[in-house]
Amino acid sequence: MLIDERFEVETPEGAMLSLSLAGPVTRAMAYGIDLTLRLLIFAILAFVLSLLGKMGIGLLLIIGFALEWFYPTLFEALRHGQTPGKKAMGIAVVHANGSPLSFNGSLIRNLLRTADAFPLFYLLGFITTLISPRYQRLGDMAANTLVVHIEKTETSRKQHNGPTNPPDWPLSSQDQLALLAFHERQDQFSEARQQELAQLAFPELSPPQALQRLRSVTRYLIEGAQ
Amino acid sequence: MKQARFEQQYRPLWDSLEQQLDQLEALRVSRKKRLPLDRFVADYRQLCHQLALARERTYSLELQQYLNNLVLRAHRQLYRYNPPLADRIGVFFASGFPAAVRRQWKWHLVSALSFVLSIALAWILVQQQPEMIYTVVDEAMLSDLELMYQPADSAGGDIHAGREGEDDVLMFGFYIKNNIGIAFRTFAGGLLLGVGAIFVMLFNGSFFGAIAGHLINTGGHEAFFTFVIAHGAPELTAIVLAGGAGLRLGWSIIAPGQWSRLDALRLAARDALPTMYGVFALLLLAAFIEAFWSPRDFDATLKYSVGAACWALLYLYLFFGGRQRGAGKG
Repeated sequence: MLIDERFEVETPEGAMLSLSLAGPVTRAMAYGIDLTLRLLIFAILAFVLSLLGKMGIGLLLIIGFALEWFYPTLFEALRHGQTPGKKAMGIAVVHANGSPLSFNGSLIRNLLRTADAFPLFYLLGFITTLISPRYQRLGDMAANTLVVHIEKTETSRKQHNGPTNPPDWPLSSQDQLALLAFHERQDQFSEARQQELAQLAFPELSPPQALQRLRSVTRYLIEGAQ
Repeated sequence: MKQARFEQQYRPLWDSLEQQLDQLEALRVSRKKRLPLDRFVADYRQLCHQLALARERTYSLELQQYLNNLVLRAHRQLYRYNPPLADRIGVFFASGFPAAVRRQWKWHLVSALSFVLSIALAWILVQQQPEMIYTVVDEAMLSDLELMYQPADSAGGDIHAGREGEDDVLMFGFYIKNNIGIAFRTFAGGLLLGVGAIFVMLFNGSFFGAIAGHLINTGGHEAFFTFVIAHGAPELTAIVLAGGAGLRLGWSIIAPGQWSRLDALRLAARDALPTMYGVFALLLLAAFIEAFWSPRDFDATLKYSVGAACWALLYLYLFFGGRQRGAGKG
């Protein structure tokens, strides 16, 4: 999960949704993927349709037009705010209240693309994205949309075996979060680093003992006393 | 309740919600695999409650994140807005589009004036001083134009005579790509404080005016006007409307009135969008007429009458379409 750039939205049910905003680089890469894909489709069709003579060229012009203007809109409206490029980058367009993108919203933000692309290479869009607190380009501002990361996370179903031990100090909610985060992420650290972190909690113990103790405390937090 | 028990207790609910969401997010699901969705809303409410609990009890960030994402997915499905399309399109063309145009008549008037005045200015200049045409078009393009619209009695014959069905399709594609692209860019250009939209109006206006003036000088005007009159109605009107919609956007940033600039822009974009749907339809129509009717060799009287009818019908539609009888002004 990304820690930065979170944007909170309250749903009608009173739950706070936390959206993680996508920055210009991710979006530019998604755009690059889409552009490549579009060029590829166009090139293949150009090859096939050129066999049809002038009529083929006419059709090709229409398809080129559709790829330029309606490719993003159609994908975003039908595929939950995701073009193939956005899907590959794990981002999606949503309305600023977190609701799914409507056809009109998508059309506004994509029609105004030209203004964002002004004068070259999306310079204006890039600048507005940096200035805007919610990473919106001009089209996003007009359509009131956001580009957010869509995270697919699975809760880990690790086996929690071993002794459990209640913490020997009054636990604040901040402490609890920190301990649980350690429990979930400990596999990402080397043994030495884990021991080093554990010593922050139990400076009086030797490193291996501190780690063992810390693990038993986090197990207690998750499973309770056994 | 400890986190492990919490997860154990509600895991079946979350799994079933995930399955329902997978189905809702898929474009199509075969009948056999369809799950009943009548529990979806109730499940979603419970999920919201569990997310709030997980935060209150400071369960692990990973679990909070998982629940948050699940709520997000369900929220997107629950508040999705997909009314039937065909009805809306019918209502839009019967009343929505002309009403949207009339609602913003001031912007369309400004856009039309800048277009018409630049046509008139360039036209008069070129007719008075024929060499002025070279400020607008270069020589190669000019000779193409003269060839295309040479007087019918001259030796070269009619350029359209050898045209076949294939050329019509080619030109249809070209007009769609070119004209609709211009209209969309004009609209977007309006966002740059209106400058982009005004520029397109002035540029295209003086271009059109200069060529019309020049062809009168060279005697090719009948070929030219019989060609443009019919599709000119939807095409020129659509470009003017796109310019007007663009100006509306630009002005909302220059003078937002009682709104913040951001809100003013949002409102303006929402207001201008119906006009752009209409512009798109008008330009499709124009491309169709331009490719399949305009190049046909018919008697000039016939072409002028059909052209006049196009203009009259279009403006009757825009001025009176969708007005409620007895509703009074507005």
